[in-house]
Amino acid sequence: MKKVVTGNHAVSYGVKLARAQVIAAYPITPQTQVVELLSEFCASGKLNAKFIKVESEHSAMAACIAASASGARAFTATSAHGLALMHEMLHWAVGARTPVVMANINRAMGPGWSVWTDQNDSLAQRDVGWIQIYCESNQEVLDTTIQAFKIAERVLLPVMLILDAFVLSHTSEPVDIPDQEQVDEFLPPYNLKTKLDVNNPRAYGGLTNPDHYFELRYKIQKAHTEALAVIKEIDEEYKKHFGRQYGLVEPYRCDDAKVILVTSGTITSTARLVIDEMRDEGRKVGLLKYRVFRPTPREILRDILYRAQKVCVIDRNISFGHGGIFAQEIKSVLYGLPASPPVYSFIIGLGGRDVTPKDIREIIEYTYKEETPAEPVIYRGVRL
Amino acid sequence: MNIKMESRNFTIPEKEYMFPGHVACPGCGGALAMRLVLKALGEKTIVVIPACCWTIIDGPFPMHSLHVPVYHTAFETAAVAASGIKAALEIQGKKDITVLAWAGDGGTLDIGIQSLSGVAERNDDIIYACYDNEAYMNTGIQRSSATPKGAWTTTTPVGNPKGEPKKNISEIMISHRIPYVATATLAYPDDLINKFRKAQQIKGTKFIHIFAPCPTGWKMAPELMITICRLAVLTNIFPLYECENGVKYTINIVPEKPIPVREYLKLQGRFSHLQEKDIEQIQKTVDFEFNLLLKKAQLIV
Ligand SMILES: Cc1ncc(C[n+]2csc(CCOP(=O)(O)OP(=O)(O)O)c2C)c(N)n1
Ligand SMILES: [Mg+2]
Repeated sequence: MKKVVTGNHAVSYGVKLARAQVIAAYPITPQTQVVELLSEFCASGKLNAKFIKVESEHSAMAACIAASASGARAFTATSAHGLALMHEMLHWAVGARTPVVMANINRAMGPGWSVWTDQNDSLAQRDVGWIQIYCESNQEVLDTTIQAFKIAERVLLPVMLILDAFVLSHTSEPVDIPDQEQVDEFLPPYNLKTKLDVNNPRAYGGLTNPDHYFELRYKIQKAHTEALAVIKEIDEEYKKHFGRQYGLVEPYRCDDAKVILVTSGTITSTARLVIDEMRDEGRKVGLLKYRVFRPTPREILRDILYRAQKVCVIDRNISFGHGGIFAQEIKSVLYGLPASPPVYSFIIGLGGRDVTPKDIREIIEYTYKEETPAEPVIYRGVRL
Repeated sequence: MNIKMESRNFTIPEKEYMFPGHVACPGCGGALAMRLVLKALGEKTIVVIPACCWTIIDGPFPMHSLHVPVYHTAFETAAVAASGIKAALEIQGKKDITVLAWAGDGGTLDIGIQSLSGVAERNDDIIYACYDNEAYMNTGIQRSSATPKGAWTTTTPVGNPKGEPKKNISEIMISHRIPYVATATLAYPDDLINKFRKAQQIKGTKFIHIFAPCPTGWKMAPELMITICRLAVLTNIFPLYECENGVKYTINIVPEKPIPVREYLKLQGRFSHLQEKDIEQIQKTVDFEFNLLLKKAQLIV
């Protein structure tokens, strides 16, 4: 059924179709509509789930992890300060190997308070061990929500799907909402092999001395490596059921491209238009949408990018003291390849400042024109 | 009616510390509360504001409508940020500055209760004011633990309104045995101002719970804001009282003939779905709670 829904409601519909059983969440702009619609679904019986209206995000995540470990499919959603407050429990979800799914609406961190989009909230959680998937459209948000449960439960890692504040969260788009039976065929009921069980009294998460701890971490990393193939497989399976797939990354007009632009989130949609325009003018430019950020899809990134003469990366985020985080990742992926293309790093649009087609065109033009970037990191649009 | 207030011959100080240009909605209880409280505390006051409507009301950077310093802090940290400020002032020998933590009900009863309890247990020398509009209003009317039983919010939709009673934050704070806990509301500005002045003279943690309606979130006419405050007191839904050192209770207003709660409920859209039996239940709970409070006030200590 086609319905016009916001990005936030696309998440809620996805969670309903995935038959989440425990939802624990705390309101924060711009995530609130996700939770409000889910609480309506629960209240009206459209979704048979326990909704715990917790008193903080730290508690939201703690409740989801514990519910997940006890045999129920668990979901939460948050943004910015809520995600930051969860930090301790984000580690916990990974260490406990609980397949919790969370939507994070990318919002800039305070102070100064901001509710507008940038990626520093989710990227600051890069190293906790969650799978991170950045979405571009409301359809992708819905589809990724459903996929996320399947991925998480296969590899026993929590999955965070990420969408831009307002540009996606509050923007309505037509979305094809699949039938419940179809989703049930795709996503089997939650079935954790090891769970809290009075008939099998185990202790979870106790003191782990140096003889054991390292191996547990190694296994988390191994799960991440394996997750790449699993995400791909589930994406292909999704296509068989629903006719849509997204890939780990999405190359757009990259064959024969001299300059490839790397983007994530909604900037990708704007960039696609710019690429089309420039292609019409006969320019050899391409676009790579970075979708699955953790685990890093190293091979496919290399395969696509090494053929270009130059790569430029747009970061709506900053690792203070270093630079743009996606650019940093791309550089590390390309490192060591013979004649790997130089990476031009651009930081733009922090705190939700608009990123226009003109900005994107100028970034590509600059990369085209300049022999080397003037600075290791180029800031666009800073008004001093 | 039995009224125990410091003075009935009272004029509200003329000096303003809150200026036009703030961005509160019409009839915002929280905005008027701040205006009155600053009149009570004066210019040597630093205000600490966690995430809440007041994050917005003071105005967007670089503007700001209060003529006292405002320190914005994370949602769960109002009380302890105030402690940090107070410690820094004291170590520098600045003893005459009042630090006011100013948080909503969510920032107080829910996410901020850990740091508030810590501050109270250490008896840190701050005034903590909770302006209670009975939901998360900043984010668009979600339930908090201060939302009364039966009320509609976006997370307690009609058909499934809030099933749990309001958390009694004043009693929780009284249990910490801090020197001063009081309740106040906007229909009684003299009482409110006196309570803050009294708190300013006491060393240690002071907690004042302000009943501050939100016409937008309560689905009521903004011009009824003061009426609703008065009704909350005269129905005994929100009694005005003080408690010193966790034991000595004074009830400031004891209505001889309390107004039925129906009169209060019927003016607010958030209660419009309530049935007769729900209203009776609320009446019973209010009567019970007020009797309990009367008994506490009779304690001889
Ligand atoms: C850690 C964290 N979680 C959530 C939020 C989002 N948030 C901002 S204000 C607010 C509600 C505040 O409610 P309350 O304290 O009652 O104050 P009011 O808005 O009603 O004045 C919420 C949930 C936040 N800023 N930080
Ligand atoms: Mg509130």
